Amino acid sequence: MDQLLNDFSPGLFIMQTVLLLVLILLMVKFAWKPILKSLDDREEGIQGALEAAEKARIDMQNLQADNEKALQQAREERDGMLKEAREIRAKMIAEAEGDAKSQADKIILQAQEAIAAEKRAAVAELKSQVAELSLQIAEKVVKEELSDKNKQMQYVDKMLQDATLN
Amino acid sequence: MQQILASLIFEIIIMKIAKLPIQFLTVLMFLTIGNAATAQEHSVAESNDAGTLDTQEEIDEYIQHHIKDSHDFHLYSYTGDDGVRHSVGLPLPVIVWGSNGPAAFMSSAFHHDINGEVVVEAGGSRFVNLHDKIYELEEGAETVEIGGDHHPVNAHMPLDLSITKSVVGILVIGILMLIWFSSLARQYKKRTIPKGFGRVLEPLVIYVRDELARPNIGEKKYRKFTGFLLTVFFFIWILNLLGLTPFGFNVTGQLAVTAALAIFTLIIYTFSGNKDYWMHILWMPGVPYLIRPVLAVIELVGAFIIKPFSLLVRLFANISAGHIVIMSLIAIMITLKGELTPAGSTLLSFVLSLFITLIEVLVAFLQAYIFTMLSALFIGMAVAEHDHDHDHAHDNVDAEDVRADFI
Repeated sequence: MDQLLNDFSPGLFIMQTVLLLVLILLMVKFAWKPILKSLDDREEGIQGALEAAEKARIDMQNLQADNEKALQQAREERDGMLKEAREIRAKMIAEAEGDAKSQADKIILQAQEAIAAEKRAAVAELKSQVAELSLQIAEKVVKEELSDKNKQMQYVDKMLQDATLN
Repeated sequence: MQQILASLIFEIIIMKIAKLPIQFLTVLMFLTIGNAATAQEHSVAESNDAGTLDTQEEIDEYIQHHIKDSHDFHLYSYTGDDGVRHSVGLPLPVIVWGSNGPAAFMSSAFHHDINGEVVVEAGGSRFVNLHDKIYELEEGAETVEIGGDHHPVNAHMPLDLSITKSVVGILVIGILMLIWFSSLARQYKKRTIPKGFGRVLEPLVIYVRDELARPNIGEKKYRKFTGFLLTVFFFIWILNLLGLTPFGFNVTGQLAVTAALAIFTLIIYTFSGNKDYWMHILWMPGVPYLIRPVLAVIELVGAFIIKPFSLLVRLFANISAGHIVIMSLIAIMITLKGELTPAGSTLLSFVLSLFITLIEVLVAFLQAYIFTMLSALFIGMAVAEHDHDHDHAHDNVDAEDVRADFI
């Protein structure tokens, strides 16, 4: 202990204290402050970059989700459109069918009417021809009958007889 | 026979070592042989007669001399053709404040004498260098007289503000740190990621900030103290490493240096302590009133004596012990020469000192780490915000709380 105290040099202690104080002040001013500041700046930069990257990743994810959604929507829309088109086609076919049927019905009806009218006309003509024919026959028959006077007289007599009876 | 065997083993080891990376080897050789060189160089100053180290006593004395501060920057010595030992080194300025005011001269004025034989007159006073301490002779005394307790009786120590070897080390490291770290700071103006040596320094700075300052002081307040902690960490670490070089610095093994470092920490945590901190020292909440004054005494002793002492003694003792062990192991070369033959003792000394040098490289970092970590911890305790209530006994006490209460 005595030896240790004897070895303790007050001069060196003073020199060390002064030099260390100066060294600390100089180092803080010229080295540590700028170094620590730069390190902090850099770390903040890295932190910021990481955060930006994370943000970009999330954005990208959102964008992808949006894309996915849009795609889904488009798909749905397409499906809807196809379905609609299919419906329209079915409807159109049905309509066309209906139209055609009614048209056909109408034509048939008209045809039937025309047939009926033709038939009537034919019947009427037939009737008139039959009547004419009958008249001609009757004429010829009458002509023939009336050529014989006896017979005519006989016939008139008979007629008269019938009429008196009435 | 023995010699042949020893040299064989030596050669095998050399071959093994040759396979190691060359840089690694260079560093190790530099460190171990360097220390050996220091050992020889200083022996001269100690024993002026022959200038060589032969006996256990001379070696002990040399080691004792080495771990002390020196007024000379001694590089090496050699015996000239005339048979006289010559020392080669740099003289350092001696600046003392004696009873007749300040005096300054170069240490070369002592001619490497540390036995108080050469008297230098400067500033109206007479000075001698006794075991690397400058003594001022009393009025009228011509030579220094040593009393029974090995202290001079007719001389006293003036205030010695010399640029000693340790001060040179401090200055060199301070300037190096300024150059390295300010150049790193300047690099950030041009680029975000530093190049070259700055790329080595930057992770160390981040390490101290994130592993020492931030966890021990707390997220909110660490910034204010990081400058001090960084300075102290690199200062101690680089000086510890400098102590492993052949220049023979032993700066962090000087009590004065470690004491100054510890007192800086003491001043910082004393003056930044908040109300809670002083409350816990002076009037501990949550204990019976009768015990509080007793605790206050214990806490005051802990805060003002035990904490700084633990800092300064740990660093001083570890570094000094490391130096003593390395030099002792190198000295095996000489002390066991008789028993193991010169080759054997050299081999043993080389292997052991190589091993210890590796450990010392680790210790150099470890001690810087521990000093900085404890400083950060003490500061952290002084500025900590206690949000938990001490008046209520906890049923299951948090391990962290226990730790915080103890340290």
